[in-house]
Amino acid sequence: MSTLSICNLHASIGDKPILRGLTLEIPKGQVHAIMGKNGSGKSTLAKVMAGHPDYTVTSGDVLLDGESILAMEPDQRARLGLFLAFQYPMEIPGVTIANFIRAAVQSRLPQGEELEATDYYADLYSKMDALSIPRAFTSRSVNEGFSGGEKKRCEILQMAMLQPKYAVLDETDSGLDIDALKIVSSGVNALRSPEVGMLVITHYQRLLDYIIPDKVHVMAEGKIVLSGEKDLALKLESEGYDWVTAS
Amino acid sequence: MKTDIQSQIEADRSVGDFRYDVDYAYDAGVGLSEATIDYICDVKKDPDWVRAFRKEAYRKFLAMPMPTHWATKDLENIVFENIRYYLSQGQAPKRTWEEVPEDVKRTFERLGIPEQERKFLAGVEAQFDSEAAYSNIKAAVGEQGVIFVGSAEGLKDHPEIFKKWFGKVIPTGDNKFSALNSAVFSGGSFIYVPPGVKVSHPLQAYFRINAQNFGQFERTLIIADEGAEVTYMEGCTAPKFETATLHSAVVELVALKGAKIQYITVQNWSSNVFNLVTKRGLAHEDAEIKWIDCNIGSRLTMKYPGVIMKGRRARGEVVSIALAGDGQHQDTGAKMVHAADETTSNIISKSISLGTGRSTYRGMVHIPKHLKKCKNNTECDALLINAESRTDTYPAITVRGQGHSVQHEASVSQINAEQIFYMQQRGLSEAAAMSLAVNGFVNDLVQQFPMEYSVELKRLIDLEMEGSVG
Ligand SMILES: Nc1ncnc2c1ncn2[C@@H]1O[C@H](COP(=O)(O)OP(=O)(O)O)[C@@H](O)[C@H]1O
Ligand SMILES: [Mg+2]
Repeated sequence: MSTLSICNLHASIGDKPILRGLTLEIPKGQVHAIMGKNGSGKSTLAKVMAGHPDYTVTSGDVLLDGESILAMEPDQRARLGLFLAFQYPMEIPGVTIANFIRAAVQSRLPQGEELEATDYYADLYSKMDALSIPRAFTSRSVNEGFSGGEKKRCEILQMAMLQPKYAVLDETDSGLDIDALKIVSSGVNALRSPEVGMLVITHYQRLLDYIIPDKVHVMAEGKIVLSGEKDLALKLESEGYDWVTAS
Repeated sequence: MKTDIQSQIEADRSVGDFRYDVDYAYDAGVGLSEATIDYICDVKKDPDWVRAFRKEAYRKFLAMPMPTHWATKDLENIVFENIRYYLSQGQAPKRTWEEVPEDVKRTFERLGIPEQERKFLAGVEAQFDSEAAYSNIKAAVGEQGVIFVGSAEGLKDHPEIFKKWFGKVIPTGDNKFSALNSAVFSGGSFIYVPPGVKVSHPLQAYFRINAQNFGQFERTLIIADEGAEVTYMEGCTAPKFETATLHSAVVELVALKGAKIQYITVQNWSSNVFNLVTKRGLAHEDAEIKWIDCNIGSRLTMKYPGVIMKGRRARGEVVSIALAGDGQHQDTGAKMVHAADETTSNIISKSISLGTGRSTYRGMVHIPKHLKKCKNNTECDALLINAESRTDTYPAITVRGQGHSVQHEASVSQINAEQIFYMQQRGLSEAAAMSLAVNGFVNDLVQQFPMEYSVELKRLIDLEMEGSVG
């Protein structure tokens, strides 16, 4: 039961089918990687799980610890413990990181309970330190004018603060130089625990040198076409994707 | 679907929606005539010059047409005959907190004026209905020679200063509503800050309407003498009424050489109020006048704070936030009249329209031909929340002559669905996400308000947004 299960999922945008029967199971405590060419539907999978209103699920199901989440609003899914680190995080002008994360943490508290500000800031600062994010960042508007690396670090900071049960990381490595990649990876590794399941979406094997996955899946045309151990990633790196889809 | 949070907030909203029985000692009845004006003059024991001033204004009011050739036709729905032009508790302004009537104190309490602000009440001029029910000049302010009294007291006790500037910045016949105010004004503040005195605490006033069909026509005059500095804050919360209510204030500011005046307003009128306000300042050489204005609620607000930059290097600024809720119309803007060389004006306006709400920006900037090196910067940004929300912009920038610097930027935006999704993914409900985005939109301006107002503002925006989603 302690799994994030995607069962034969079909989803479209408009009348264009993108996910075509995708099945995947991520148990708590494990890290799974999805690799695949651009356009294979990786981000679509992430957004459909999170409940993006543009996509229609035509069949199949997504179960979080045995409970179907497809009828839930995106925020309900999030509060249930699903986190998505976006490939392209949105800018929110005028809303500071500190206030944004605070509102997100507050949304998880029982009604009438107020977040203790000093505890919150202590927690925030220690997690920022771990991700080498300077303190001054807290008063900047969410993602506004951030470099690619800063955006990705900020996504991981949010994940660290919100402590999800299941996290989907969509190309969190793209646009990072090697130093930033190490920081982000160690941030993600710090959150690995028997209580957390992770799905790491990436285009490059490189990330998986730092975040060692339990399983690697290859996605093509909206479904998983091959699954294997972490050495599958190395093979994909050296031989490309064509042999998978050709077979 | 109504969540618990929503009903809790709705319950909260009702805090402003109540009235206590007040024993009105004087009541001019409904409708307006010369007799009404005589009644007001008699009750207030106005000097003869004020009676003459009121009567002349009344004649102008009658003669002037409704400005519906440029403004909304909704103005025609004001029924002047049904309005009560004067009500009073028949009390002289109070000196100490202890002397304030219990029911008035209870009203403050129900409005949720925070404890730290109640401390401020020592330096507060609070208007209850048309008379200042409470007026206490903070000792320190008094010692500095600052006069801070109700306008009625000001015109009686300080005629030499009062008469010199009263009606000079905004002539009686400036517009139909300034004429009306001049005819029937009561309440409001009179402040005089002597040369070189910098008032450290902002002076505050609370305005409230507390009687059905009650028109409120306060009149405020603030004079900062040479090199003086003062900040004035006014805030309003009105109970809900069944029939339309007219509020028409006139505020005149005079900043003499090198003086600085900041005038801060946060208004949250109930949605049946016509709020038609004329606010203008006169800035002499090296003086600075800044209007910080936030308009929430009302059926129709028409308000264009202005600065006449009369002396060299004078500066004028208007920072305004308007929130037009469902069925509401915020018609706001600024008037900047450059009348000397090297004068600088700055207008920053942000509006939010939700539901069928409409926000209109009207900005007038006037730089005549013979002047040199004047500067104006105008930025107006509108945010539309729902598909039926509306905004319009009427900038009227007349710049003649050379060597001036004028910038104008305007934008209309909508809340992006991807932003909302991003915030919802972090656990915020759609309404909370909307609130946060809207608060973000106005955040840079909200920060210019004093702390207690910015908190209140955020809360008001949250309340409005709760109702506009789902
Ligand atoms: N909003 C959209 N409208 C139409 N097609 C879309 C939209 N978003 C994605 N697609 C299409 O869906 C497919 C999968 O895209 P995406 O999930 O972003 O792939 P990946 O993340 O694997 O690169 C692509 O063919 C893309 O063009
Ligand atoms: Mg993608």
